[in-house]
Amino acid sequence: MKAYDLVELAGRNLRESVLRNSLTILGISVGVASLVAMLSLGIGLQQLAGKRLEKAGIFDTVFVTSRRDFRGMNREENAGGASPEQARALDEPARLEIERLPNVVEAYPDLRFITEVRYAEKPHLTMVAGLPYSAGNTDAFEGLAGSFFSSDTAPEAILQKPFAEQLLGRKPKPGLDDTKAADLAKELMGKDVVILYAQRAAPSSGEETAESYSVISRRQTLKIVGISDVDPEGMRGPVRANLFLPLKLAQNLHVMQASDLRDSMRSFSNVPTYLSLTVRVKSPKQVEQVQNAIKKMGFNTFSILEASRSLQRFFKVLDLFLGIFGSLALVVASLGIINTLVMAILERRREIGIMKAIGGSNWDVKLLFFAEAGAMGVVGGVLGVALGWAIGRVINFGTNLYLERQSLPPENLWSVPWWLVLGAIAFALLVSLAAGLYPASRAARLDPVQALRYE
Amino acid sequence: MSQGATPSEPHAVAVRTENLCRHYRMGEAVIPAVDGVSMEIRQGEFVALLGASGSGKSTLLNLLAGLDRPTSGAVTVQGKDLARLSAQELAKYRLHTVGMVFQSFNLIPSMTLLENVELPMRFAEVERGQREALERVGLGARLRHRPSELSGGEQQRASLARALVNRPQLLLADEPTGNLDSHTGSEIMDLILELNRSLGMTVVMVTHERPLAERYAQRMIFLADGKLVDQQPSGAAEARA
Repeated sequence: MKAYDLVELAGRNLRESVLRNSLTILGISVGVASLVAMLSLGIGLQQLAGKRLEKAGIFDTVFVTSRRDFRGMNREENAGGASPEQARALDEPARLEIERLPNVVEAYPDLRFITEVRYAEKPHLTMVAGLPYSAGNTDAFEGLAGSFFSSDTAPEAILQKPFAEQLLGRKPKPGLDDTKAADLAKELMGKDVVILYAQRAAPSSGEETAESYSVISRRQTLKIVGISDVDPEGMRGPVRANLFLPLKLAQNLHVMQASDLRDSMRSFSNVPTYLSLTVRVKSPKQVEQVQNAIKKMGFNTFSILEASRSLQRFFKVLDLFLGIFGSLALVVASLGIINTLVMAILERRREIGIMKAIGGSNWDVKLLFFAEAGAMGVVGGVLGVALGWAIGRVINFGTNLYLERQSLPPENLWSVPWWLVLGAIAFALLVSLAAGLYPASRAARLDPVQALRYE
Repeated sequence: MSQGATPSEPHAVAVRTENLCRHYRMGEAVIPAVDGVSMEIRQGEFVALLGASGSGKSTLLNLLAGLDRPTSGAVTVQGKDLARLSAQELAKYRLHTVGMVFQSFNLIPSMTLLENVELPMRFAEVERGQREALERVGLGARLRHRPSELSGGEQQRASLARALVNRPQLLLADEPTGNLDSHTGSEIMDLILELNRSLGMTVVMVTHERPLAERYAQRMIFLADGKLVDQQPSGAAEARA
């Protein structure tokens, strides 16, 4: 039989017992809907988590520390390495060498220190960090009121919102986060803050290396240019900073670093050493390669991408479980198809006999039942995807209503990618055809003489 | 219905059976529905198979139609040894070589007349155009109706048209008038006779009504308990001759 005839006959047979077939199709679509709903929830959650991390710009980031420091970070790797005393220092030449590695966009030192910040003559103790000029191009500054630094050495500051509130003498209310960064910016923009810090200076003798160095108290006035709503560093920094200043400016200040104290036992050199470096890689794909290259140079590395492997594995397992639960409904629905078709064979026994008597082959009969199962699968699949999508919308809407009440920003927990739509319909078709296998071969085997004998 | 059915040699053999047997197993018992039937039917001949119910005439017809397979013996139709054909080849044989008409019409109730008549053409994968067959049986107006909306006579005409659409050489009719009143039955029989005469189509008709066989068939074959017990030319044959 020609495909067109097959589809037409299958269609007319399905229309013939509308109620029964619609119920069967409804069963399939509920199965597909549950599959689509479950999987799109899994995909949506994964995307949500991924977007959060990506927005923080950390998937393309490698943190480098000297083996002299932070011994606890990667214990196994350190075990066989050089002893902390002999390990290579994370200094400016090392930074330049790392920056020259292939696929590295930039490597900048992590400069942060606790210091006193004065605003309107009132002192506040807080964490201050240098921020590379390139950070202005990332979408980490989505929630910035005001502007980014005008240059890498401009004496300017960007404040975190809670700190800005603190400066203005307001108490941030926990949970109810309804102050707008823009409102704070109006009051603070263009105002000056003064930071007081300890500068490490070479002894006046002028020699390259010396046995001592001086610590000088300094102050630097910064103009407030922006208030940030979200932490621009995301999870990048080991300690969250409340005030950011341009990195180059921070470097030029030669602020005492925690590592300097330990290094004070050794000779002092004018070459700056760093506690840690942040290395930005061109794309997350090259993170592993860059990480290995840096390890070879004798430093410790850490990347969120590496750490998030287990997170990705978690989502794979979650998707699998959601998929299995979703498919269960479809398996139940496929039993419905088998039942419907077996009933149809009993009912259409005579019809099958007639078809065979007038020249229909076993193959024709088999194909016809197969086509009916397939048609139910496709129609059920399409309806199911629509239904699943609608269920997702409703749940998403409900969740966002809840989030809104909790004063949290709305999220898209739901994602129905096109491959899921096509995949679900194809899966429904496949399951239906598999369900049609037994009824179709049973119909094909029917003996026409027996089938025609009784009225 | 132009060529195809017209016999090239008037006395060529259309159907031959040799010691044809069809035995059914019913638990321990074996029922010999057809038991050693040997016969020959010529090209273009109109033959009636007569016998009481249970005499095996319908089983013999099913064997000729390729719906059933012989337990032993041979059945050859238009040169094809049916026992040697595969299921697929038998379906092709039923589609192209034979047309069947039944006592209970056997139209598919969910399809309109037109769709019923077109069905064999769908199986044959040929362009559908069955006007000729429908006009030949005198049905043209009620094509869009379902069988249940039609009289028995009309249904049998439609089933006759369905038997003809693929231009078979052999028409097998199982009690074609059994469910019809005598007037309508005569109309159908006239139609079959007309097909036999004008197209030279070989007709094998099962019936238990001797007068009907006398009137239309050229030869009568009598069956009892699955055996061929007698055969004789009918009055119609004498009239023709």
